[in-house]
Amino acid sequence: MDAHVAQLQMQYRNYILSLYQQGFLDDQFTELKSLQDDGTPDFVAEVLSLFFDDCVKLVGNMARALDQTGTVDFSQVGANVHQLKGSSSSVGAKRVKGLCINFKELCEAKNYEGCVRCLQQVDIEYKTLKAKLQDMFNLEKQIVQAGGIVPQVDIN
Amino acid sequence: MGMAAAECQFHVLAVDDSLVDRKLIERLLQKSSCQVTTVDSGYKALEFLGLRQGTESNDPTALSPSPQVRKMNLIITDYCMPGMTGYDLLKKLKESPAFKNIPVVIMSSENVPARISRCLEEGAEEFFLKPVRLADLNKLKPHMMKTKLKNQKLEEIITPSNDENGTVAAVEPEIKDSVEMEIIKMLPIQSETEPKRVLLQVVQQEEQMLSNNKRKSMEEGLSTDRPRPRLEGIATAV
Repeated sequence: MDAHVAQLQMQYRNYILSLYQQGFLDDQFTELKSLQDDGTPDFVAEVLSLFFDDCVKLVGNMARALDQTGTVDFSQVGANVHQLKGSSSSVGAKRVKGLCINFKELCEAKNYEGCVRCLQQVDIEYKTLKAKLQDMFNLEKQIVQAGGIVPQVDIN
Repeated sequence: MGMAAAECQFHVLAVDDSLVDRKLIERLLQKSSCQVTTVDSGYKALEFLGLRQGTESNDPTALSPSPQVRKMNLIITDYCMPGMTGYDLLKKLKESPAFKNIPVVIMSSENVPARISRCLEEGAEEFFLKPVRLADLNKLKPHMMKTKLKNQKLEEIITPSNDENGTVAAVEPEIKDSVEMEIIKMLPIQSETEPKRVLLQVVQQEEQMLSNNKRKSMEEGLSTDRPRPRLEGIATAV
C-alpha cells in the first residue's frame, strides 16, 4: 500500500480520535457517519452544513434578543437556545450542546450577563468545531485524491 | 438493511420544524427502507394527509382523505413545534376516522414523564427521545406491518361511508388493488415518483375532487364517531 496514503489515513484516524477525546464530538456523530453510505456520500457534510447554518441564524437571533435596551425577552432567547440544543444534539456537537444546557439555565434565571457571556462562548465554540470538521473533510479529500479509502474510525 | 428479501416498503410522514432533524429522520427512515415525506409543521402534515385548514374555514376538517393517505403506514412527529405541537397533531389524527388507525410516534428532545404518558394515553404508539437512532426505528416495523394489514381491511369498511359518489370511487379501486396486490412490497401507484411529486399530483386531484363534492363530502365528513365537540359547527369545506 502507498506509504503516503497510509500516513494520511493514520493522520485522519488520530485526528478523529482527538476530536472525540477532546469532547468536540460524541457518539451521535458516530451514528451520523454510520448513516452515510456509497449511495449518500455527502450525507454527513450536508447535515453539518445545515447545522452550522442553524448556528449562524440562532446566534444572530439571540444576539438581537439580548441587545435590547430595556427589557430582554429571555423566553425568546430560551426558545432559540432550545433549538440550538436540539440540533447540536442531533449532530453530535457535544461541546455546543453542553453550552446550550448551561445557557438554558441562565435564561431561566434571567441572568443577563451570564447569557451574554454564554452566547459569546457558543459563538466561539461552533466556529471552532466548524474549522475542525473542515480540517477533517480536507483530510478525507486528500486521502481519496491520493488513491486511498477513508478509514472507518472505531472510537471505542 | 440486510433483512429478509421480503423487505417492506412503508410510507412514513415525518414532521419536524428543525431542518437538521428532518434531514436526519429522513435518512434514518430511508435507511430502514421506508419511503419518506417530510413536512415542517403539523398544519402541513394535516394538509398532506387531506385534512385541511382551509381559507374558508378556521378549523381542520375531516374531508375525504386524499388517496395518498391510504398508503401512510406511520406518522412520526416532533413534540415541540411552534403553532401546533406534536401532541396537538396526534389528537387531531386520533379524532379523525380516516386517520386514527395510522400509528403515530412522538419524538422529543426532553425527557418529561408527564409528557410521555400524555402522548401514550392519547394513542401514540411510541415515544422516542431525540436524537433518534436506527435501533429505535427498528422497533416500529411490527407496528407498521400490523397496521398495513389492518388498513387493508379498514379500507373495505371505510370506503362506503366516505364516498364521494363516483369521483373518489374511481380512484379507490386503484389504491385497493395496489395495496392488496403487494402485501409485502408496498408500492405507491406512482412507484417511481419521489414523494414530493406524488404529493403535487395528489393535491391537484384532491382539489378537483373537492370543488366537485364540497358540500357532500363535508356532510359525510362529520361522522358520528368523533367524540369531541371541537369540530362541530363546521359548515364550510376548505
